[in-house]
Amino acid sequence: MNQPTVSPPKAPVAPIQWMRNNLFNTWYNSLLTLAVGYLLVTSAAPLLNWVFLDATFSGESPSDCVGEGACWLFINQRLNFFIYGFYPEDQQWRINLMFGLLALSFIPQFIEGFPARRWLGIFGMTGLPILGYILIPGGSFGLESVPSHRWGGLMLTLILAYVGIFAALPIGILLALGRRSHMPVIRGFCVVFIEVWRAVPLITVLFMASVMLPLFLPEGMNFEKLLRALIGITLWQSAYMAEVVRGGLQAIPRGQYEAASALGLGYWKKMGLIILPQALKLVIPGIVNTFIALFKDTTLVLIIGLFDVLGAVQSTVTDPAWQNVAIEGYVFVAFCFWVFCFGMSRYSQNLERKLDTGHRT
Amino acid sequence: MSETTSQITPARAKPWNDPRVRSLVFQLVAIAGVMWGGWTLVDNTLANMEARGISTGFGFLEQSAGFGIIMSLIPYEATDSYGRTFWVGLLNTLLVSGLGIVAATLLGFMIGVARLSSNWLIAKLSLAYIEIIRNIPLLLQIFFWYFAVLRNLPSPRQSVELGGLFFLNNRGFYLPDPIALPGFGWVELALAIAIASVIALRIWAKRRQQATGQIFPTGKVSLAILVTLPVLAFLATGAPLDWTVPELRGFNFRGGITIIPELAALWVALSLYTASFIAEIVRSGILSVSKGQTEAARALGLRQGLTLRLVVIPQAMRVIIPPLTSQYLNLVKNSSLATAIGYPDLVSVFMGTTLNQTGQAVEVVAMTMAVYLTISLLISFVMNLYNRAVALKER
Repeated sequence: MNQPTVSPPKAPVAPIQWMRNNLFNTWYNSLLTLAVGYLLVTSAAPLLNWVFLDATFSGESPSDCVGEGACWLFINQRLNFFIYGFYPEDQQWRINLMFGLLALSFIPQFIEGFPARRWLGIFGMTGLPILGYILIPGGSFGLESVPSHRWGGLMLTLILAYVGIFAALPIGILLALGRRSHMPVIRGFCVVFIEVWRAVPLITVLFMASVMLPLFLPEGMNFEKLLRALIGITLWQSAYMAEVVRGGLQAIPRGQYEAASALGLGYWKKMGLIILPQALKLVIPGIVNTFIALFKDTTLVLIIGLFDVLGAVQSTVTDPAWQNVAIEGYVFVAFCFWVFCFGMSRYSQNLERKLDTGHRT
Repeated sequence: MSETTSQITPARAKPWNDPRVRSLVFQLVAIAGVMWGGWTLVDNTLANMEARGISTGFGFLEQSAGFGIIMSLIPYEATDSYGRTFWVGLLNTLLVSGLGIVAATLLGFMIGVARLSSNWLIAKLSLAYIEIIRNIPLLLQIFFWYFAVLRNLPSPRQSVELGGLFFLNNRGFYLPDPIALPGFGWVELALAIAIASVIALRIWAKRRQQATGQIFPTGKVSLAILVTLPVLAFLATGAPLDWTVPELRGFNFRGGITIIPELAALWVALSLYTASFIAEIVRSGILSVSKGQTEAARALGLRQGLTLRLVVIPQAMRVIIPPLTSQYLNLVKNSSLATAIGYPDLVSVFMGTTLNQTGQAVEVVAMTMAVYLTISLLISFVMNLYNRAVALKER
């Protein structure tokens, strides 16, 4: 589409004129506006009352929740469990430190021109997991050991999503290269692997990881449940990642491959130095989108008995001490996920728009 | 001169530098690696199963299951075989997937179009719907509908009632069930004839239009045939249809069709969630048709409705179909979340209860995965056929 580079200045529009143009331009639009507007106004007032005006925010015990409104006191009292699971309270500084470092390495990626942005990102992908591997389970450097069955809540959700995405990335890249390979055997294996994993639902993968993985391993070798789930999620995610990366590889013009070969670069140097840096930059939005999907899908681990943030809430809303707090619990979890996923999707849309102006063939 | 040129014969590449030899070696290594890995897995699995006393093979499918299933489309008793539980689960999965695909498509197209409405309020409302629903995990939405909404409906005695025929309570949604009496076969026959004649009419009308340019009002006539023929047959055979109406007996309703709350929650959540993705696909599909197409159609004198139907939608469909297919596949795969609320789908019945009772993990998981693989391949195959039919014909 050929659009003029500078759009004409917008004439100021009076509110009445704006309404006439956008809300009441035809008779059926006027009817729709009135009907929808009526519904919105009548449902907004009770909703506001429930969320804010009649809600209970503070108190000591479940009996303080007497009003008609939401019982946010429940969230308030259980917040620690929702974030850390059964992680011992005097050790939670370790998790807080990891949260802080995670935010420090990835939030600057959203901000244009943040100092040392690249180094922070590299730290987030290399130093951070090593530090997490030492800090979160403990047991070394004089840290108290916290077994994985005590991990839970938001922190477990973040661990699952982080490991799922960054462990799947290298496997996915290899699979994508394999699928574009000229060797029929390698290509065949990669296609079968990718298509099979993409066809089955994550639940069956998690079931398989928790029920069948012990059968596959030699006698005496066994992992804990969390590690099994992580292996399942990583393999499943790597198939999706492979397809995203393949899209990027396909978008690189042929001339780049040929130029690299003409320079005398071997396969791995050609891929590592010329093709992948360009392809991966192109598919960052796709990777972010897969990450959003994975982040939402981590909730499924509650089915095999891990307490992620939804699992933690689900196990407490059935607590008989609290009456009918299911909606409050769900709203809390929904809000956590929504803020994160919405932010990420906005980021990926912006990035897509920015990358779109680049060279195209 | 000739001496010097003959001296520079190209050196034969060493075998380890010859790309063909190398690729052959790599492939052989890959085959050997995969075979070794596969053999180790099989060996370990057999050893482990023997150590745990689990038998192998599909003989367990013949054994009696001994557990009840709350909902089944085919007759099922607890004494039936494990093989039958597989079919019950599979049919339940297909039921909720089919219902979900229909509802999600309708809703998704509506919201996608509403997103482009000239009415500011409608467009913003659709935007809000899309952005809220698709950024919240599906499992959470299923829980919300099941535990927070449907569980809080009134008990059977205080059911919400509609004309004494439809009842809604926390045990499910009850509606009258039609029972075909003898003679109903004639109505079915009439319907079949009506469908056949509509197809014939369409072919004839198209041929005539191509030959003479005259347009036949196919839509209205088809509708008339489809409605009148079965209705006439129905009245002629003396209305051979009976209804069983749900009735409150004891603590629960008997008779009629019951939509259990598990199914309802799963259906609503799946449809709403997938619709938000479909809406975005539809919107981008419509936007992808350039404005010149619409203007050209209007310049040719096509009315608004015809412009949409003959020019915009066929072109938008090309962009919409591929991502729509993957949304359908996602919906089928997501229907396995049923197991979290106890709707008896394939994963919940077969991979859950049957696997736990028999311990035949390998066979059960393999069968379940094979089903999803087949469904996936089938849906992509059908959609690819359709896609090929509507794709740009480049000459």
